[in-house]
Amino acid sequence: MNMENEVLEKAFQDKIDSGIIIEPKDWMPERYRKQLIRMMSQHAHSEVVGMLPEGNWITRAPSLKRKLILLAKVQDEAGHGLYIYSGTETLGVDRKDLIADLHSGKAKYSSIFNYPTLTWADMGSVGWLVDGAAIVNQTMLAKGSYGPYSRAMIRICKEENFHNKQGYEILATLMKGTKEQQAMAQESINRWWWPALMMFGPSDKDSPNSAELIKWKVKKQSNDELRQRFIDRSVPQAEAIGLTFPDPKLKFNEATGHYDHGEINWEEFYNVIKGNGPCNKQRLKARSDADENGRWVREAAEAYAKKNNA
Amino acid sequence: MENTKENTQWKLWEVFTQRKSGEPHEHAGSVHAPDKEMALQNARDVYSRRGEATTIWVVPSEQITSTSPEDSPSFFDPSEDKIYRHPQFYKIPKGVTID
Ligand SMILES: [Fe+2]
Ligand SMILES: [Fe+2]
Repeated sequence: MNMENEVLEKAFQDKIDSGIIIEPKDWMPERYRKQLIRMMSQHAHSEVVGMLPEGNWITRAPSLKRKLILLAKVQDEAGHGLYIYSGTETLGVDRKDLIADLHSGKAKYSSIFNYPTLTWADMGSVGWLVDGAAIVNQTMLAKGSYGPYSRAMIRICKEENFHNKQGYEILATLMKGTKEQQAMAQESINRWWWPALMMFGPSDKDSPNSAELIKWKVKKQSNDELRQRFIDRSVPQAEAIGLTFPDPKLKFNEATGHYDHGEINWEEFYNVIKGNGPCNKQRLKARSDADENGRWVREAAEAYAKKNNA
Repeated sequence: MENTKENTQWKLWEVFTQRKSGEPHEHAGSVHAPDKEMALQNARDVYSRRGEATTIWVVPSEQITSTSPEDSPSFFDPSEDKIYRHPQFYKIPKGVTID
């Protein structure tokens, strides 16, 4: 590192330490820019791929009301993807390149969306647990050091509460229903609980990026802290409607004031990340097909705009 | 079309929304769109699904000129030393009220 860069980096860190928000045109270390592009584009991809598991149930929602709700929720996720792509583009990248990286498998997205949605109760589990975990994460990111990212998070957090509540309501309704409906809800939770916990990423000691991101206040809490907060808030919510989590070690610890939990199966997590989850191929294919099939629409609209401007 | 191999995502527009009349327009983010009409529609769908805006402005991103952080200190410097632009600069006799 040369002298000039050292001075600039020191000034940058001082800004971060004193709580000044970084804006697109401000000087930033190349690595800060790279890390943000990686994180933000992964996040945007997750919002977009995240539409697929729920989109799967729109035509089969049990009532018109539920169908409208699910449509609105999935549309919000499209919006979230777009807010974050927009934020990422302020770092000097082009959205089409980010999308190309998603389709080629170079860019990652949240492993949770590689699990299938097998029953209607899964719409409840996804809204309650997956969006619930996202809220815990995004509430932290809303206080992060990069302006366009944290502003997008504030906007998103306002909308996530609807997602979270509608999911919980689906499960609460099933739990007041027949034995079969209750069993459907519990079976769904049994499948989603552990993958939801994995959403926070590997344990701090195995998370290569964590320390740097925390130093730059891109993240303000560690993966394990966020996971713990999610567990602590989920257990009473589950108890209130008679659901249990599939973890015999889950128990309130008087001494720490938190719930202890069992070992997470990280082997499964890494396997899904590597592309071997139940739906990885299907998800990527759905995304690249959508991109490919929409190409003529984009080209036609562009030709139309050009003609009108001629 | 100049190059059909190019996967067009349309050009970039900056979006400004006004929450309600009487308030200023605020930068909300950006959208991609081929023309101004679709830029407005996309901006509505992306940034105002719950009545967050009563009016929207869209501007092609390339049309925006902004100050740069490196030049900011000298650029804004002329306002630094003009304390007489502030009402606190002036002494008023005791007992007189001038808002
Ligand atoms: Fe979302
Ligand atoms: Fe959501």
